[in-house]
Amino acid sequence: MKQLSENILDIAENSVKARASLIEIILEENPLLNTLSIEIRDNGCGMDNETLERVTNPFYTTRTTRKVGLGIPFFKMGAEMTGGTFHIESKVGQGTVIGTMYHTDHVDFIPLGDIASTLMTLIGGAPEIDFVYKHTRGEKEVLLDTRQLRETLGDISLDTPEVLIWIRDYINEMYDAFNN
Amino acid sequence: MKSLAELAAIRDKMKGKVGIRADHDDDTRIVVGMATCGIAAGARPVLNAFVELAAKHTEKHVSVTQTGCIGICQYEPVVEVMEPGKDKVTYVKMTAEKAAEVFEKHICGGKVVTEYTIGTAHK
Ligand SMILES: Nc1ncnc2c1ncn2[C@@H]1O[C@H](COP(=O)(O)OP(=O)(O)OP(=O)(O)O)[C@@H](O)[C@H]1O
Repeated sequence: MKQLSENILDIAENSVKARASLIEIILEENPLLNTLSIEIRDNGCGMDNETLERVTNPFYTTRTTRKVGLGIPFFKMGAEMTGGTFHIESKVGQGTVIGTMYHTDHVDFIPLGDIASTLMTLIGGAPEIDFVYKHTRGEKEVLLDTRQLRETLGDISLDTPEVLIWIRDYINEMYDAFNN
Repeated sequence: MKSLAELAAIRDKMKGKVGIRADHDDDTRIVVGMATCGIAAGARPVLNAFVELAAKHTEKHVSVTQTGCIGICQYEPVVEVMEPGKDKVTYVKMTAEKAAEVFEKHICGGKVVTEYTIGTAHK
């Protein structure tokens, strides 16, 4: 992956496949410590202990088309390469939390990149699921909650192309303010 | 600055259109592979290029959807175009630029862009 937002997309796609109804993507930056933490939480089917143990091992997947599940190992590796950490917790029937922490001043830190595209892709692919995206740095915050958008949209679906493009532009504008 | 008021305006515009076309059987479907292999190879900008083009050309009735890994990871990003009554066309090693070309020539112009199809990549 060239951007962390691609890792986030990949990990959150697993939450979609796990039939979650709510997926939260939480980013927290600490500019004093030069760290970034990412956490993806879902209320999907969860994993049993055996799956959980094997899931960070690149030779494990439940898919049959290819023998190697790479999403979680990639995510973990990206964080550890910056001297950061990885954690995963999951409970069958309750959900899963997957998180990473990065040292943003490390040479191997890859940028967040185009998070607006990631959200547009996730929401467009699973318009029935609720997504919360929150990125904080001190007092500053970028926040998107599809439950709030739904209130405005009524019975117009979130995967309407015009709506997805609005979401992308909305996120990008929030980031313009966030980064200045 | 984008606002929820703008989103409400999109809703009102869409409301007028909903219900006019009850069945979507004659839609063209564009399916983009979005498993780890696809994403790592750059599928996200390809998908979003198609979403944007579909929004621009609503008269073409194109739906853009995502799928998992179809087992040809070395050819990712992979895109399948399914038009009613026609054979499925599989495009491989796609980029956002190639997506724009496929949309223009194939979806709008009716001509398959053979050089990007899997048949050509195999040779
Ligand atoms: N949030 C989740 N909830 C439930 N099960 C999960 C979750 N995330 C991962 N899993 C399980 O772990 C397996 C491995 O996930 P991983 O992302 O590493 O690879 P994959 O999704 O199988 O394939 P790909 O590499 O194409 O994404 C999944 O197939 C799934 O069974």
